[in-house]
Amino acid sequence: MTKPKIALKDVHKSFGAKQVLRGVTLDVMPSESMVVIGGSGTGKSITIKSVLGLVKPDRGEVWVDDIRADKARGARRDALLDKFGMLFQGGALFDSLKVWENVAFRLRRRLGRDEARDLAVEKLRRVGLGPENADLYPAELSGGMQKRVGLARAIADDPEIIFFDEPTTGLDPIMSDVINDLIREVVTEMGATALTITHDMTSVRRIADKVAMLHGGVIQWTGPVDDLETCGDPYIEQFINGRADGPIEALR
Amino acid sequence: MAVLSAFHGFLAGIGASVIGLLRATGALTLFAAQGIMHCFLPPWYWREVLRQMMRIGYFSLPVVGLTALFTGAVLALQIYIGGSRFNAEGVVASIVAIGIVRELGPVLGGLMVAGRVSAAIAAELGTMRVTEQIDALTTLSTNPFKYLVAPRLIAGVLTLPVLVAVADIIGIMGGFLVGVNRLNFNAGTYIANTVNFLEAGDILSGLYKAAAFGFIITLMGCYHGYNSGRGAQGVGTATTNAVVSASVLILAANYILTELFFST
Repeated sequence: MTKPKIALKDVHKSFGAKQVLRGVTLDVMPSESMVVIGGSGTGKSITIKSVLGLVKPDRGEVWVDDIRADKARGARRDALLDKFGMLFQGGALFDSLKVWENVAFRLRRRLGRDEARDLAVEKLRRVGLGPENADLYPAELSGGMQKRVGLARAIADDPEIIFFDEPTTGLDPIMSDVINDLIREVVTEMGATALTITHDMTSVRRIADKVAMLHGGVIQWTGPVDDLETCGDPYIEQFINGRADGPIEALR
Repeated sequence: MAVLSAFHGFLAGIGASVIGLLRATGALTLFAAQGIMHCFLPPWYWREVLRQMMRIGYFSLPVVGLTALFTGAVLALQIYIGGSRFNAEGVVASIVAIGIVRELGPVLGGLMVAGRVSAAIAAELGTMRVTEQIDALTTLSTNPFKYLVAPRLIAGVLTLPVLVAVADIIGIMGGFLVGVNRLNFNAGTYIANTVNFLEAGDILSGLYKAAAFGFIITLMGCYHGYNSGRGAQGVGTATTNAVVSASVLILAANYILTELFFST
């Protein structure tokens, strides 16, 4: 039986009195594109940050391959992080570096300047940005172009696992579609395992192989994207139809 | 009963403040220890160190130079006025030189750089925290302490002494200009008095202080920026705290170091 690439087991996380994760259990299989959906503030970002070690879980286990990710330190943690690429919600591009330097940031550890630049330009081309953008600074780019640069940086070193944090937030519908297509293409082409968090249902249908619904600090439902409409889960039904009435309480 | 309850409340308030202070001191100490450790452990980002040396040292030169120039000029006037009360106008050159290199050069230079650099570092790192750039560094297998904190600490400790050395020269020159042009001292005598009365220990103690101030300035900028709260308000608070804490710590460290040099 194939082992999960990423496994979260009963992960808990609180911030002061606020319990955000109350026992998240989730398996992401190799080369699978898992999308975690859920309302704002339900702990989607905390879930992926727990995997990356950016947030330390209070309880539970996080496994990446055969490594206990939440306990990894030093060289073991560095080796673990080398497996990951991440596209942040706001791009999180380094303002002080040029576009190509952002994309080549990790590559520079093992490649010379010229070689890293060539590879960065190639990755930029892969996400639809010409070489004329390579020497610009992030602040000179539009939001959509910044997302593309973020995507190029995430895939630059051909990671085994890619995380996408709200990849289409703040983009117009057409640019959202372009980014969704790019994500689907690069994930399929690289054979990478992808974990995306979003509340954009268009993205879910374009990107996902499997979907997990996070609500109340736990995974309420998980299953193939094709079962989303017919699963009969009241949480999923309310969420995908965007209704205010249902088990998910909405503040008015 | 109400008095007892108020007394408990009063004690609880004091206890909470003390615990908060101890927690903040502990957090700062751990941050500083981690920062220092990464200054000595590879990999080193030398390009970042050079970039920070330019920002902290070179670009602070105008403000520190002007501060030193006017401080030296005012010091010459004040010492002349004070000295003339007991016929000791001749000590202007030597006291200006000693005052500048031992005290005013490093302290005023440090305070000016604290205002300029601590704030800039805290704002930069705070913005990086808020926009998830620091998280992005981690996901790119780069330790933020190595890439952000260590280069700034190294740059601060290395550039402040150079900056203060230049400020010392400019400050003494400020005194010289006033002494010669306004107070009618002989230029040659003024220079001779400056050089003859100045000892290596005077200059070195000022430069050691500058290195310590460089560490304090960059540490406070990094600490407050790195731990910045969310949003524009968080970054603003981090910037203010960085400047205030750096300035206060510079003055406190100045006293401690002066006591130390005074005893030896």
